[in-house]
Amino acid sequence: MADASKPSLDPSRRALLVGGLVAAGGAAIAAGSARSQSTADPMAGHDMSTMPADPYAAPMQGMAHGNMTTVGLVDHNRNGFDPTAMLTDWERGTTELLPDGRTLRTFEVDAIDKEIEIAPGIFFPAWTFNGRVPGPALRAKEGERLRIVFRNLGSHPHSMHFHGIHSARMDGVPGAGLIGPGEEFIYEFDAKPFGCHLYHCHALPLKRHMHKGMYGLFVIDPDPERHPENATVAASRLLGSPENAHWQEMAMVMNAFDTNFDGANEVYAANTVGQAYMNEPIRIDKSRPVRIYLVNVTEFDPINSFHLHANFFDYYDTGTTLTPTLRTVDLIMQCQAQRGILEFSFADHEDGMYMFHAHQSEFTELGWVGMFDVRSSAK
Amino acid sequence: MNEQAQLKRPALSRLLLVLVPLTVMLGMFVWIASLDPLRSFNNGAPPVEALTVERTILDETGIGLLVRAGGSDAMVIAQVAVDDAFWTFTQNPPGPIVRGGAVWIQIPYPWVFGEAHAINMLSNTGASFEHEIAVAVPTPKATVGQLRLQALVGAIVGLLPVALGLIFYPAMRSAGRVGVSFLLALTVGLLTFLLIDMTSEALELADQAAALFQGSAMVWLSGLASFLMLMAIGRWRGTPEGLALAFYIALGIGLHNFGEGLAIGGAFAAGSAGLGTFLVLGFALHNVTEGIGIAAPMLRIRPPLWSFAALTLLAGGPAVLGMWAGSLAYAPQWSALAMAVGAGAILQVMVEVTAYLMRQSSDRQVVLFSPAVLGGFLAGLGFMYATAALIKV
Repeated sequence: MADASKPSLDPSRRALLVGGLVAAGGAAIAAGSARSQSTADPMAGHDMSTMPADPYAAPMQGMAHGNMTTVGLVDHNRNGFDPTAMLTDWERGTTELLPDGRTLRTFEVDAIDKEIEIAPGIFFPAWTFNGRVPGPALRAKEGERLRIVFRNLGSHPHSMHFHGIHSARMDGVPGAGLIGPGEEFIYEFDAKPFGCHLYHCHALPLKRHMHKGMYGLFVIDPDPERHPENATVAASRLLGSPENAHWQEMAMVMNAFDTNFDGANEVYAANTVGQAYMNEPIRIDKSRPVRIYLVNVTEFDPINSFHLHANFFDYYDTGTTLTPTLRTVDLIMQCQAQRGILEFSFADHEDGMYMFHAHQSEFTELGWVGMFDVRSSAK
Repeated sequence: MNEQAQLKRPALSRLLLVLVPLTVMLGMFVWIASLDPLRSFNNGAPPVEALTVERTILDETGIGLLVRAGGSDAMVIAQVAVDDAFWTFTQNPPGPIVRGGAVWIQIPYPWVFGEAHAINMLSNTGASFEHEIAVAVPTPKATVGQLRLQALVGAIVGLLPVALGLIFYPAMRSAGRVGVSFLLALTVGLLTFLLIDMTSEALELADQAAALFQGSAMVWLSGLASFLMLMAIGRWRGTPEGLALAFYIALGIGLHNFGEGLAIGGAFAAGSAGLGTFLVLGFALHNVTEGIGIAAPMLRIRPPLWSFAALTLLAGGPAVLGMWAGSLAYAPQWSALAMAVGAGAILQVMVEVTAYLMRQSSDRQVVLFSPAVLGGFLAGLGFMYATAALIKV
């Protein structure tokens, strides 16, 4: 059933990835009664059937560790956003030329209360920017004038607090852009410094407004003309440039949800939906380099991390430099609101599934895990 | 209309007199339900949800949980995490769980022998229901070997001590009036201990049961009901004495031993008690007084020999049944119910033995506070309390 609604995905491959939802034996019993479960490849995970015949270490039917997964699939249509589409869905706003020759870029953002499905069957009463969590990934170019028209259609006071350089009046804190329900505010400032930034609601209590879903990426691309010494690098980071077209860029927000409001998270994810990139691996063309804009907005846990399997990457902390701040690592960690840019390539790798996840095992097993489906462009 | 006329009212009209109020009542319910007068109070808040785990089964297929829902609405278990890891599961029967309904959740999780596991069930509203497995051990299965082993343990903690106590019967017969009073009071003392012990255990178990069973009320009311019914049955043909009283004591103690068997069997199943030889010996010593108590009201008569075997079986046998039930079909509310019924039975024999004790003396009020009676009562309490220390873990 689930396969039928996802025609774009090769069923056998997905079955493998889902990780032997129920291995053959268990599936036979489960088939009649299981809710939203699909039969899957019993080879997934490391099968315990090769173990000795001790009754309690022995072949537990369907007990391969590949069963470490959620049951069922999230209805992205009902949510109104799809984690896979969100990877490359940059919000660029509208532009016009100012009398002084600079570009004015305008974004429109609405705060909206919305119930979202964060893991199959689990619904969370979120507060969102533009109806999605994370909010729109705003993208601008260094030096532009930015104007963000913010309307609060929610039930609580909200704001947009940008991690960038701006005046006190535009800070999104009480008395400076924090608005009540039904009100509107226009934030205006210059796009600087270039880098990988974020915005979030700064209404109080901050913890609640953050973890309810009010955050998003705010990326300022470097202007190659301002960085002659690294013009090529800067150009590769500038969305829309020929140099940039070669890259496979994606936006990832590491977040988590405290569904029972006890001050600890129940579901972890990149881009909201737990296990989304396990159920639907991210397709990577191995001939092109990969760049990830990564931010951590996980509430309650002090840090989060990103680990790439079978590969190493260069890392630009906060993205405010054109040379890496860390070279050749396979793991970085970020405290809350910390962010950075990851660059790596699978050019010399075999085709295959390459995993990525937080290296806090708990986060991994509670949803923050995914797969890169690395293939040649021809295939 | 005189009384005569009322009595002669035809059956049909008497039926109508009942049917009319019933119809009105039904109509009211339908009206209230259709009107939904509380609609204006509905603020869109999520429903109240409750989930109680009644049984846990660990075997080669993973972890099985019998869970009962008890919220304001039918509820949905959306995901299950074991030790902070989302895990596949199947639910039988599938779908939303109605209020009061129970389902089996089967999780193919490779649990680790002797270690603890935490299971977290998440509903569709994001509410979480945690269940801890303190020590993971395979749940006993109803195999012949397993049942035989449990029967043996049940016999050691139930049958053996009662039989040992009854062996004292010939020695007890030589006791004089004061000696008999002492022994009867000793019996009341040990029964008092059992009553308190059982009631508190029943209440503790009732706490673990789903709210809709109203554990505390269930324990007190079923205990009271069992007390009243046994009193009524016991006094059907006069106050019980001699052999009859001995059988009532054996019944009460038997129900207590059934509860004790449940507890041991449940501990076996939960893996929370490494039931050592020391503990079994403790139970045996603790229960020896039960045999003495049963023998106490028979000192003035000459009971047939078969009655000793029957008394032993009645008082001790239920321990075996309890062991089986506790390890194979454990549910907190039914265990609590069984213990509450037992507590009622204990109270009944306490009353009857005290009444019998008072009839032994000409001055019924004074005898209760005579040194022999008070001493016997306190000795019974003290012995039970001291030996209970051996079996409490």
